[in-house]
Amino acid sequence: MAGAAPTPSPEAGGSDATYARLRRPLLAPTWTVIGVFLLLPVLLMVVYSFLTKEFRGGVEWDFTLAAYDQFFVTRGLFGDEPAQIEWTYITIFWRSIWQAGLATFLCLLIGFPTAWFIATRPEASRPIWLFLITIPYWVNLLIRTVSLRFILRDQGPMNDALIGLGVISQPLEILNTNLAVQLGLFYSYLPFMVLPIYAAVERYNFALSEAAADLGANRWRALFEVVLPVVRPGIVAGCILVFVPALGAFLAPDLLGGAKTFMIGSLIDEQFRGSQGNWPFGAAVSVILMTLVLIVLMIQARAAARAGQ
Amino acid sequence: MKGVRHYPGFLAVTLLCLLVLYLPLTVVAAYSFNGSTSITTWGGFSLRWYADVFTGPEATRFGQAAWNSLTIAIIASTVSTVIATAAALAMIRSGRFRGKTASYALINLPLLVPEIVIAVATLIFFTTIGLTTGYLTILIAHITFCIPFAYLPIAARLSGIEGHYEQAARDLYASPWQAFRLILLPLLGPGILSGFLLAFIISLDDFIITNFVKGAGMETLPTAIFGSVKQGIKPNIMAISTMMLGVSVLFVSLSYLINRKGRPAR
Repeated sequence: MAGAAPTPSPEAGGSDATYARLRRPLLAPTWTVIGVFLLLPVLLMVVYSFLTKEFRGGVEWDFTLAAYDQFFVTRGLFGDEPAQIEWTYITIFWRSIWQAGLATFLCLLIGFPTAWFIATRPEASRPIWLFLITIPYWVNLLIRTVSLRFILRDQGPMNDALIGLGVISQPLEILNTNLAVQLGLFYSYLPFMVLPIYAAVERYNFALSEAAADLGANRWRALFEVVLPVVRPGIVAGCILVFVPALGAFLAPDLLGGAKTFMIGSLIDEQFRGSQGNWPFGAAVSVILMTLVLIVLMIQARAAARAGQ
Repeated sequence: MKGVRHYPGFLAVTLLCLLVLYLPLTVVAAYSFNGSTSITTWGGFSLRWYADVFTGPEATRFGQAAWNSLTIAIIASTVSTVIATAAALAMIRSGRFRGKTASYALINLPLLVPEIVIAVATLIFFTTIGLTTGYLTILIAHITFCIPFAYLPIAARLSGIEGHYEQAARDLYASPWQAFRLILLPLLGPGILSGFLLAFIISLDDFIITNFVKGAGMETLPTAIFGSVKQGIKPNIMAISTMMLGVSVLFVSLSYLINRKGRPAR
C-alpha cells in the first residue's frame, strides 16, 4: 500500500522516538489540570452528597444518607409517618427527561433533512452550508436565549407579526410555559444534531439507494429501510449531543420558563444560592444527573461498538 | 445520479432550520439600533444604545465586566492552548502507550460531564480547599474546560501532517528541537491558532460555570448581562449582545478561514 493516501486513525501521526521519550512531560500539564481541577472536584462532589447540611449554606463532615433520603423518600411534614416515595424531585427529573427527549425529537425532525440536504450538495459548497449551521453554536448561549425571550414576549415581534398578518387577534402567551422552554432547548442545541448526521450521510454509499430503487423501492422506502440503518450511528450521536446538555439545561428553563417549568438545572442551581441552599442535596442531585448521563453514554458506546463489529 | 439523493421538501426544511437559527439573533441585532426608549415600538435608526453602553449609567459596571471577561479569555485560552498542544504531540506523535485511552478520556472529560455538574463540583472544590471565589477561581475553571476545545483542531491538524518532514530535517542534522520549531510548528500553526480562537470564544461565552465560581461582587460580561436581563430586557443589553455576537462571528470566521487556507494540499 505504499503511496496510498494517509488514513486518519489514532496512529495517523505514527510513532516518533523523540515524542515517545517526552510523553510524560508533554501529558503532565493535562493530567494535572484536568485531574486536579475537574476529576478530583467531581469525586469530592460525590463525597459531599453524603455529608450533613449546615444552616448557613455549607456542610458538616458527618456522613449521612440524608440528601438521597430527601430526594427519594418522604415521611410526612413532621417525619413521623411511614416512609413513602417522594414524588417532587422525581417529577422534576421526569419533566426534564421528557422536555429534553421532545427537544431531541424536534431537532432530529429538522436536523436530518438539513444534514441530508447539505451532504448532497456539490463538494465545493458544503463547507459554506456547514459553516452557516455552526456559527450559531459559537454565539453565546445566554445571548441566544435572551434573543428568544425577546421575540416570544406577549408584545414581542413574533406576536406583532402574527397579529399584523391577521393570523391571530390576541397575542399568544408563550413565555413562561413548557412550550417556550421546549422551543429554547430545540433552538439551543439544533446545530449539535446536524453535524454528526451530516458526517454519516457524507460517508454513505449512494449506490445502496440506487440498488434499492432498481429493485423497485420508492425513495421514501429506501430512506427508511436502507439509508436510516446505515447512518444510524450518526443519528444516535446527534441525539446524545442534544439530549445530554438539554437534560441539565439551566438558561432555557430559567429565562423562558416560569415556576411550573422547573428543570434539573434550576433545582441544582437553587441549592447553591444564599443561605437557603442545601449543598449536600445539590451535590446529590448532581450525582444523580451525572449517573443518568453516564448511563446514556454507556448505551451509546455499546451501540457504537456493536455497529463497528 | 440526482435521483436517489433528492428528496422533495428537504430544501424547505434546511431553509426553515437556518431561519430558526438566525431569526432571533437578527431581530435582536435590528432592535439594538432602535432609537426609541421602549423595546416594543420602533423609533427610527439610531446608535444611542451603543453610546449608552459606553457612557450611560451602567457603563462602569459593564466596562469592568468586559475587562474581566477579556483578560480571563486571553489568559485561559493561551494557557489551555499550550497545554493542549503538548498533549496533542504526545497523543498523536508518540505511538501506542499504556494509559492512552485514559488520557484521551481525561482530555474529553470537560465535554462529557454536564456543565451544571462541572459548576457544582468546581465550587465545592474551591470552597473545600479554602480558595476564595473570584477572578482566580474563574480563571482556573476556564483553563480546565477550554483544553478539549483547543485540543480538537490541533490534534486534527497534527494527524494530517506526516512524520516525513521532521524526519528529513533530522537526517540533515537538525536537532529535535530545531526540527520541531522550524518544521513542525509552522505546519501546525493554523491548527494551534484555530484551537486558540475556539478556546477564546468558549471562555468569553461561558455563563453557567462562571456564575457558580465567581463569588460576590465579581462579574464577567455574561453574568452582568444575566443580572440585567432578570429585571427585563433593556435596549442597552441588546446593543451589548449584538457586539458580543459580532466578536463571536468574527473569531469563528477567522478560525474557519485559517484552518481552510492552511490545509496542506493532498
